[in-house]
Amino acid sequence: MEILVNSEPREVKGPTLSAALQELGYSGGAFATALNGHFVPQEHRSTQPLSAGDRIEVLAPMQGG
Amino acid sequence: MILYGTELTSRLFLGTAQYPSPAILQEAIRASGCAVATVSLRREGAQGSGAAFRALMQETGVRILPNTAGCHSVREAVTTAHMAREVFQTRWIKLEVIGHADTLQPDVFGLVEAARILSADGFQVFPYTTEDLVVGERLLAAGCEVLMPWGAPIGSGRGVVNPEGLRAMRAHFPEVPLVVDAGIGRPSDAAVAMEMGMDAVLVNTAVARAGAPVAMARAMAQAVEAGRMGHGADPMDRRDMAVPSTPVLGLAELI
Repeated sequence: MEILVNSEPREVKGPTLSAALQELGYSGGAFATALNGHFVPQEHRSTQPLSAGDRIEVLAPMQGG
Repeated sequence: MILYGTELTSRLFLGTAQYPSPAILQEAIRASGCAVATVSLRREGAQGSGAAFRALMQETGVRILPNTAGCHSVREAVTTAHMAREVFQTRWIKLEVIGHADTLQPDVFGLVEAARILSADGFQVFPYTTEDLVVGERLLAAGCEVLMPWGAPIGSGRGVVNPEGLRAMRAHFPEVPLVVDAGIGRPSDAAVAMEMGMDAVLVNTAVARAGAPVAMARAMAQAVEAGRMGHGADPMDRRDMAVPSTPVLGLAELI
């Protein structure tokens, strides 16, 4: 299915958020996720199903003021 | 200074953006002696540098204050705060809800609403606000125990542009920690804010974009300390006219 990851179209098998992240190469714990504008805690990623067209945000630590 | 039950050894907060290199950022943090450094969350690819940056910050030993910079709505800010809490493992959040693209002025209505939601959810909120007293009261009622009024628009380096407003804030909220956030451009600006009785200042661009960021970090630290000591030393009142400091009594008549 096609989903949007940080606004970029990506093809993933899923079926869960954690499976898709693994497929896309995200590993480690230095990022947080949101699905369609809602925060998805790390412990919920493996039970969070994905649907075509879903919007995923993957955010990581960055410099800030 | 105690903020949300945490005692801090420095009254200077340092932002971590725009430094020439990560090494200079680390050196500036050390030179400043700051106890708190602000960070953010941004989009990252699978091979991103987020983990490395987090490790770099952990090496410095300073307390992390994540921000919600760039959020223009309550929903964005609340979601970002939750994501920051997970990544940085802290309940502290510097809450920004931006209302105006040019001035980066806070949307104080959204700010109060987001502060209420986050405080109820266990966050310890540091709201980036204006000097408006009513907004300050609403933020305290929403659960904030610290207020972060702006000195001037973010990144402008214009210093404290409304000293009367900040003085009124100090007088109105004598027991509330006030941290001047945004607008500090030079060490003298930081000293002015501290002389006014502010509890701390947050500086980023003024250090990061200085020609010598590490030296500027040190200068800011000394200015904050000098301003704080000056405030505690009860400065003299200003006068309209000159008053001789050397005694007039016993002055010779040599004409």
